[in-house]
Amino acid sequence: MLTLSIPCDSVARAVGADQLAQALTDEAARRQLPVQVQRTSSRGLYWLEPLLELDTAEGRLGFGPASAEDVPSLLDALAADPSQHPLALGPVEQIPYLKTQQRLLFARAGITRPLSLDDYRTHGGFEGLAKAALMDGADVVAAVLESGLRGRGGAAFPAGIKWRTVRDAPAAQKYVVCNADEGDSGTFADRMLMEGDPFLLIEGMIIAGLAVGASKGYIYVRSEYPDAVRALNEAVLLAREAGYLDVTGSGVAFDLEVRVGAGAYICGEETALLESLEGKRGIVRAKPPLPALQGLFGQPTLVHNVLTLASVPIILAKGAAFYRDFGMGRSLGTLPFQLAGNIRYGGLVERGFGLTLRELVEDYGGGTASGRPLKAAQIGGPLGAWVPPSQFDTPLDYEAFAALGAMIGHGGVVVADDTLDMAGMARFAMQFCAEESCGKCTPCRIGSTRGVEVIERLIASTDPAYREDQANLLRDLCDTLQYGSLCAMGGMTAYPVASALKHFPADFGLASPEAAR
Amino acid sequence: MPDETLDLPVLQRVLEHHRNTPGALLPILHAIQAGTGYVPDAAVPEIAHALNLSQAEVRGVISFYHDFRSTPPARHTLRLCRAESCQSRGAEALAAQLREQLGLDDHGTSADGALSLRPVYCLGACACSPALELDGQVHARLTPERLRALVEGCLQEVKPC
Repeated sequence: MLTLSIPCDSVARAVGADQLAQALTDEAARRQLPVQVQRTSSRGLYWLEPLLELDTAEGRLGFGPASAEDVPSLLDALAADPSQHPLALGPVEQIPYLKTQQRLLFARAGITRPLSLDDYRTHGGFEGLAKAALMDGADVVAAVLESGLRGRGGAAFPAGIKWRTVRDAPAAQKYVVCNADEGDSGTFADRMLMEGDPFLLIEGMIIAGLAVGASKGYIYVRSEYPDAVRALNEAVLLAREAGYLDVTGSGVAFDLEVRVGAGAYICGEETALLESLEGKRGIVRAKPPLPALQGLFGQPTLVHNVLTLASVPIILAKGAAFYRDFGMGRSLGTLPFQLAGNIRYGGLVERGFGLTLRELVEDYGGGTASGRPLKAAQIGGPLGAWVPPSQFDTPLDYEAFAALGAMIGHGGVVVADDTLDMAGMARFAMQFCAEESCGKCTPCRIGSTRGVEVIERLIASTDPAYREDQANLLRDLCDTLQYGSLCAMGGMTAYPVASALKHFPADFGLASPEAAR
Repeated sequence: MPDETLDLPVLQRVLEHHRNTPGALLPILHAIQAGTGYVPDAAVPEIAHALNLSQAEVRGVISFYHDFRSTPPARHTLRLCRAESCQSRGAEALAAQLREQLGLDDHGTSADGALSLRPVYCLGACACSPALELDGQVHARLTPERLRALVEGCLQEVKPC
């Protein structure tokens, strides 16, 4: 019996994984070969998708990218000498891209079947919960604090402090809310985790509920991720049936509900998300009050991104010291970076903080997919700065990036070659803000529209003095957005615009970096 | 009138199902749209009454979120990703090709009701850009030829009325 694995990840499916699985099953039946095809999560080596893996005594052998047309030759090779097939990659776990990673959150990626509780438990699942259930909530909070874990959604606030605030807030009802509204382009780690290892998120949320005294959790998933919604809904049912949502001995029942967004980017902002969960328009709330004290339905609420909550089980299972051994400075643990855009080897790279952007883009990513010169990389989603190659030796560390006027955010890296027009991207950033602004504060609502107009005037003009005027106006406007907006939507729209203007003045028809100052 | 297609028992079932759901409006709107294809205006007073909201509040939510429709959808909906990662791999050229092939703008619907275009900002397929979603199915590593074939597939298909 041959056991073959093919990912059921939505992007593997978007490049033909279902057709590959079907063709394998059909052709094996036609040849009367005993073959079992199982659907696992994705390794995150997306340039190799669809990636077919064969179980052997020496581990799994990879073949990719494989299509339905390759099936006859693949089955021939599998019966004879698998290593001779042109798509053969050798042992998957020896592929340098994967071998050199430090996979904590994505330890099971590509190995387990997403909805198999047995697979999850066999590979370390629920060990963190088992420990947390025997601990006092305050000790769980202390462990999270000691691990150095910071919010992975972008703001990088120390998670343990948030947990302590919610735990100490007196209230009959508290909530844990998972912000799974991963709308930032260039990011897909949340999607991979929810589709591929949903029990990990559920385990993290149960632990959080126990620690802060919340009895109800919500996972707010963006509607653009229907496969993640399906996987989470099924996983919640399975976890509930298996008794995990009523933690024995803890005396605390924790229930979990999956809610689906409706295409509003702003709902990735935590207070807009809470409004949306309450059934309202996604309008940002003023802070204070902090959601930790008055969040969902006015009650103390722990709001975290998917990756933050998914980091919790391993902290509990292996200890805070184990986790904080990864990373550097005040950026501790690992971050699953996501390589996207014009990149040769796009995919997920989980590493401790501290590697350089150059290692990520050049060593892992292999440079641009087009083979043309690298122009810039946008780090941290549509509200992140464009970083030129001259700054690529910066270590990926929250503080080092903040010092550059950039941010790591959610770890998404979108690479662009020299054909991408940065003035066009700056205009796009303003346009995007204008479309997605909730409209509550003036800098974001009006400033973004004025920003589009200023950039259009700047690009259209042939008068150098007028262009310089408009560039100064644009810099002023970026300051107004950055310091005057209520939330990060307006505040950080300034990042891609100001960085494009600073590093690529020629794209705006401005003389040179010196003249642009 | 499209509102005559509203299946009131469906609406009542949805409202009853969510009678005790806190913050139920989005789940209710999703359920109605999943069943009917859109949120008919005739449903608004019923929803408002059930949730003790004003009709304006319900309409405000429907119009705030890009996903909710007040009119029936085309037979096919194509959402081409226009975010940065896909732009760095030629999404704007694909968008121009689509507009030219269909004679439609970014939010347009073909006259025969076969196909609607809608931009989308990130499908999470950024490692395999450019990408689109056609009727809920994501296609990545898109080429101009593949896009043309997908669109032709939607337009040529003969559907019984």
